[in-house]
Amino acid sequence: MVEREVPALVVQRTVFKEIGEANMSQTSLNVNGQAHSVDVDSDCPLLYVLRDDLGLNNPRFGCGLGQCGACTVLVDNVPMRSCQLPISFLTGKHIVTLEGLGTPEKPHPVQSAFIEEQAFQCGYCLNGWIMTAKALLDKNPNPSDKDLANAFDRLVCRCGSHIGILASVRRAAQEMKAGA
Amino acid sequence: MSSKTRISRRDFVKSASGLVIGFSLADSAIAPELIAAAQRGAVANPKAARLDAWLRVQPDGMVRVFTGKVDVGVGLGTAFAQIVAEELDLSPDRIVMVMGDTSVTTDQGGTSASSSIAQGARPLRNAAATARVLLMQLASHRLGTSMDELQVRNGIISVKGDPSKNVSYGDLAGSMDPDETLKVSGNAGGVNVEGLGKPKDPSTYSVVGQPLPRIDLPAKIFGRFQYINDVRVPGMVHGRVIRPASVGAKLVHVDEDLVKGMPGYVKTVVTNDFVGVVAENEWAAVRAAKALKVSWSAPMQAFPEQKDLYEFLRSATPKASRETLKRGDPIGALGNAAKKLEARYDFPFQSHSPMDPGCAVADVHTDGLTTVWSGGQKPHYLQKGYAELLGVPLEKVRVIWVEDAGSYGRPGYEDTGADAVLLSQAVGRPVRVQWMRAEMTAWGRKGPAASFDVVAGLDEKGGVTAVQFTSRAFSAAQIHFLPQTAGNYLASELIGMPITGGADEFIEWGNRAPAYAFENLQAVAHVVAGFHDDGPSSLGTTHMRDPNGPATTFAVESFMDELAAAVGIDPIQFRFKYMNDARARAVLTAAAEKASWDTRQSPRKSVGTQDVVTGRGIALGVRNGTYIGTIAEVEIDRRTGVVRVTRLVCAHDCGLIVNPKSLRGVIAGNLVQSMSRTLKEEVLFDRNNVTSIDWETYPVARWSDVPAQVDIVLLDHPEIAPSGAGEPSSRPTPAAIANAIFDATGVRLRQVPFTPVRVKTALSSA
Repeated sequence: MVEREVPALVVQRTVFKEIGEANMSQTSLNVNGQAHSVDVDSDCPLLYVLRDDLGLNNPRFGCGLGQCGACTVLVDNVPMRSCQLPISFLTGKHIVTLEGLGTPEKPHPVQSAFIEEQAFQCGYCLNGWIMTAKALLDKNPNPSDKDLANAFDRLVCRCGSHIGILASVRRAAQEMKAGA
Repeated sequence: MSSKTRISRRDFVKSASGLVIGFSLADSAIAPELIAAAQRGAVANPKAARLDAWLRVQPDGMVRVFTGKVDVGVGLGTAFAQIVAEELDLSPDRIVMVMGDTSVTTDQGGTSASSSIAQGARPLRNAAATARVLLMQLASHRLGTSMDELQVRNGIISVKGDPSKNVSYGDLAGSMDPDETLKVSGNAGGVNVEGLGKPKDPSTYSVVGQPLPRIDLPAKIFGRFQYINDVRVPGMVHGRVIRPASVGAKLVHVDEDLVKGMPGYVKTVVTNDFVGVVAENEWAAVRAAKALKVSWSAPMQAFPEQKDLYEFLRSATPKASRETLKRGDPIGALGNAAKKLEARYDFPFQSHSPMDPGCAVADVHTDGLTTVWSGGQKPHYLQKGYAELLGVPLEKVRVIWVEDAGSYGRPGYEDTGADAVLLSQAVGRPVRVQWMRAEMTAWGRKGPAASFDVVAGLDEKGGVTAVQFTSRAFSAAQIHFLPQTAGNYLASELIGMPITGGADEFIEWGNRAPAYAFENLQAVAHVVAGFHDDGPSSLGTTHMRDPNGPATTFAVESFMDELAAAVGIDPIQFRFKYMNDARARAVLTAAAEKASWDTRQSPRKSVGTQDVVTGRGIALGVRNGTYIGTIAEVEIDRRTGVVRVTRLVCAHDCGLIVNPKSLRGVIAGNLVQSMSRTLKEEVLFDRNNVTSIDWETYPVARWSDVPAQVDIVLLDHPEIAPSGAGEPSSRPTPAAIANAIFDATGVRLRQVPFTPVRVKTALSSA
């Protein structure tokens, strides 16, 4: 057993990424069509601003490393990892979160398809899948298997709901084509 | 249900379910108004003998159902709503589930062991049947008609032949005797109640057995669901914990200089080796945790080299050993065998790694009144454990379960709550702790590594005369899987409390893998002490989805395949020779039919020199009365060693099926997750730390890894009580894939996971 008096050899550096000095500043954001102004550290990731300042909970914290996609939002209709976007990057851009996609009264076809297929188990990751699927199908109504892999390989679903997700995306593609 | 989250979804589900039942339960499976209610005074757990501890009929006709079981993302809330609706002759959309709040739900042992339907639903079913009788009695009195003359449809009691004479459940709600008592038997997971009403005969079911859509999914998909991470209470601040730099390291020094001036910084909390920071907002807490300079003592090399893990298991003196199964004279029969077949199998440490690293909110008042919001699977045990940690009476602590990401056992959500408790106690405000990814993957609890040696004796005709099975493994419960003591949490270990270990869990062939009808048989299980198991260890083990099931079944069902190949018999036909269980036979047969199984010996004749080869393998799983036959079809690129599972077929028998649609989802999830565990998952470590810290260093199956075709065959046995489905179908997958690889290549993989490097090495040395 090592005694407490032994001199320090290791300084904790592993868990949290390197970050610089706090630099508070006012940032204007457009989220789901609404203008917001927030006073936060310019390095603060968009994810924390959406969740903690704007109460938009569906971009979810999964890894904070851009590896899982649970925090995905659309920035000018491109799916991006909000845990990796410093707030200063977002000025003048249009951000859409799951809250801004559809409503029960007026669902987005991707949402309807995921409900029809009962695609998920716990659903914690579904934000990333739905937002990514929406952006993909907007751009590419007939995605090939390769297109799907390119879009979805960077997302994690730990419950293994991929089979239902695949069925949902195919269904959504059909419905969006039929409705177009 | 709050009006904010109430949404109608009839339009969206009609075509999916093919049902006319308007299932408009769009809200979360729990009643949201309970989430915000902090403990204001001491509250005892409800009395299980009271009917209203289980369900309450409301004047609006809704029925509120209370259960100590929780839904970990597999659809349990929906199944419970169906079960209660069935007994009450009510549409399931009139049911509101309240789950896992210790102040209003009965301790049912939490969610555990795939037992929620088998055991947890019994008291609900009986309470609902009793409520129905009481409502009928009241209606009989109100309508002046004998009970025989009454009928119920969707909560409306009317006179047969004269439906204009009717009264609704809601109308009668106020007249129900709140003191109606029930007879209580058992406790925790086995608690049951019985009253006036007897449950229906399953052959008359009309709601149970229907593929109703999940009650929680629309709210989740429309972004209106509240997960644990979304709980915010007035005055709440944010905490992060700094873990030791290496396993066994002691805290030497904390330097607050860099964090003191940070905007939003509240406090650094240090107790022995527990170091946490608290800040007004989440980002400030992350920044402070990063900036805080924490010095630790030198690494103590608590772990062996990873490459030596299995040799360590095999050479270590076991801390405990047990003969778990013995039939006939295996030693004598082995001695007389004409031929022997031996094999060794290794299964790694694995990580639950839920999508959410873990989140909890704790509000500890100076008088000891405490509320903890947690996603842990066993809230009533957490109530006990957190009360002990704080040194306050049980009734001062309320634990409110709020759904978190799927947890697959006891990953660390329980530990997150203890972090929050300690930090809240230190700062006197509610504290929310969100674990970072590295904390969960590195410091979260692990499923244990295990190593198996199996030897069989064969006679001259190829008959199996004896099997000897030896396992050497870390206990699956170094950390007690019931989080009910102060010593159960990582935070407690860091502040220097003694760890509450579980009893040694011996791997039992028979409980963890099918025990075939071999005449002479012996199974011996050795438990090996864990690394640094008297202090906080990142290789500390506890229950992970189907504890020891996939590992043991990997060994047994791979070995059965090896035996079949050794005697030149088709793997299914070989199993049938040593099997007298009709349900086991039935799942293998059903899977084979669905997969158009080609009856022949493995490996296939065409094994040769092609770059890409294909094969199929089967494995049987048996778990507490649930039977699973899984067939994997694989494609292997011999140049790269990459194994692709191209199809999975699973025949599943868990007795009576409550909801086939939801069940298929659970099974598909188990299949894909266990495929991931088979092909990818292994906790990495060096001498001092777990080095799996994220999704790159602990990879799991991604989109391209998942087979496009998964076929699930459900064998329904309404006459057999449901036996659980949350975990069993994880069990046969590793062996099914190993057997398919053998079929394709003639090469046997005996160490999970089957990474490309490992496969390529095995192929080139064959």
